[in-house]
Parts: sequence; structure tokens; C-alpha cells
Amino acid sequence: MDAIDRAIVNHLQGGFPICHRPYAAVASELGIGESELLQRLERMLERNQLSRFGPMYDAARMGGGLTLCAMALPEKEFDRVAEMVNAYPEVAHNYAREHWLNMWFVLATETPQRIGEVIADIERETGYPVYNMPKKEEFFVGLRFQL
Amino acid sequence: MVLNETDQRLIAAIQDGLPLVSRPYAALGEQLGMEENEVVERISAMQRRGIIRRFGVVVRHRQLGFTANAMVVWDIPDSRIDQVAGRLSGQPCVSLCYQRPRRPPDWPYNLFCMIHGRSRDSVLASLEQMVNRLELEQFPHEVLFSGRCFKQRGGHYC
Repeated sequence: MDAIDRAIVNHLQGGFPICHRPYAAVASELGIGESELLQRLERMLERNQLSRFGPMYDAARMGGGLTLCAMALPEKEFDRVAEMVNAYPEVAHNYAREHWLNMWFVLATETPQRIGEVIADIERETGYPVYNMPKKEEFFVGLRFQL
Repeated sequence: MVLNETDQRLIAAIQDGLPLVSRPYAALGEQLGMEENEVVERISAMQRRGIIRRFGVVVRHRQLGFTANAMVVWDIPDSRIDQVAGRLSGQPCVSLCYQRPRRPPDWPYNLFCMIHGRSRDSVLASLEQMVNRLELEQFPHEVLFSGRCFKQRGGHYC
């Protein structure tokens, strides 16, 4: 990534215009051409530096369910259970963490009721309990990376 | 359901990202049998209603050098949670801050924040500075560094 790529990523983490030629608008703010911006975005997506370019949703306002779950797994069981858990399409991301609660994943479902069903299914299939920790209050969301 | 069928089709069409063409909303419209203006208006409306929280790039932070990712969990008395969370939220190293339910007896923590950094040492240094500056030593807390990431499918903050 060169300085222009970094400027693009820093700029576009802050939002994107909704107008007829949005890339042209962003490019002119960055002092580059529209086609250069498009090529660079395409390249960063191909190289997997960006995961996607588009909207982040609020699951609750879309009418869906969202929660953070944790499990405590013995080391020798970890990979097997991870495979089972990740096979659920409702599992949006899954991280191993260094703690006795060593697996942490996010569930995103089409309806709030579905959260409980998926958790019950995971518990039944894996034989381990799931700690359900939905957010009660959101104080701050500012996930940005200054490059 | 809060979304009508047309909005749902639009969301499905941009699930994997906005088309990388000069007039992306026109391209979406063509795909969905809608005018460009209608696409622009519907996306703007979903943004105003808070259904779309943010529109822009989602970075693969690990690929870009932010390899240390710590979830810091705190046990804060309920009566002080707004005050403490408000102070944490203003810190440059904190990217997300949520209150979640305790799960006694095993899990006493009710406030979660994320700190991302280029190394574990830098994350721990930021945390230590913050604890000193905000006088947080009194509150029990733990740092959970992430190991492997098994799955990352964008679209939601959690």
C-alpha cells in the first residue's frame, strides 16, 4: 500500500457519498482521478486488504437479532467444535481468545427469536454451554484504523 | 419486519459490496429494475433511519498490520457504568464500547471495550496509560487477546 492507498482507506472509513457519481466525488476530494480510485479499490479488494465496500447495518433496526457468544472448550476439542460452530450461517465472525472462555463469536439472525434457537442447536450439537452476552447499551462505535 | 420487500432486495444486492463502476447506483438499479434516483433515495432513507449505520470501506485490519486485538472487560458497579463508559468512549485507543449482561458466578464483567494495535505491547501500553489517566485501577478487569480468526463476514458491529 502506498500513500495514496492509505489516504483512500482513511478517507473512506469515514463514509461514502450517495450521489450519481460518488467515486468521482471522492476522487476529487483526494486529488486523484475517478478511474484511478476505482482501480485502487479493486486492487485492495483483490489483495484482501479490504473485506468489502458497502454498508454496515444495524441488525436490530433491520428487525434481526445480534449477539456476542462465548464458549469454554478443552484445547483438544477446540478445532472440532470450531468447525461445527462456523458451519452455522448465522455465525458472522469467530475468534479464539486467550482465556478460559476461549471461543467468541457473533450471531446475526433474521429475527430476534432465532438467536435462542441457534444457541440451543449449538449447545445440543457440541455438548458445551454457550454464554449469551447481547449488548444492553452501546456507548461508542468508532471502529476505524488510521493507516 | 421493518423493511419492505424492495429495500430487502436492495440490501441483498449490495451485500457483497457496492459495484466499482462510475455510477454504482445506476448499475444496482439496472440489476433490480429500478431507477437510479430510487436507489439513491432508498439508500439515503435507510441511512437516515439508522438501518445503515455507515457506508464505506471495511478493512481487513489484520492484513493491514493491526494484528493485536484485545477485548478488555470490566466489572463496573451498575450505578457508575454510564460515567465510566463515557470516559472510556472518549479515548483514542478504544474502538467499541458496550454494556453486556454479567453471567454470574463465572463471568462478573459488564462493560466491554475493544483496543486494536500493531502489537500486543502497544495495546497493553495504551491500556495502562488509560487506566492511570482515568483512575480505573479500582475496577477489576481482564484483557482477552484474540488468537486465530476463523470467520469474518462483514456487515455488523457487535
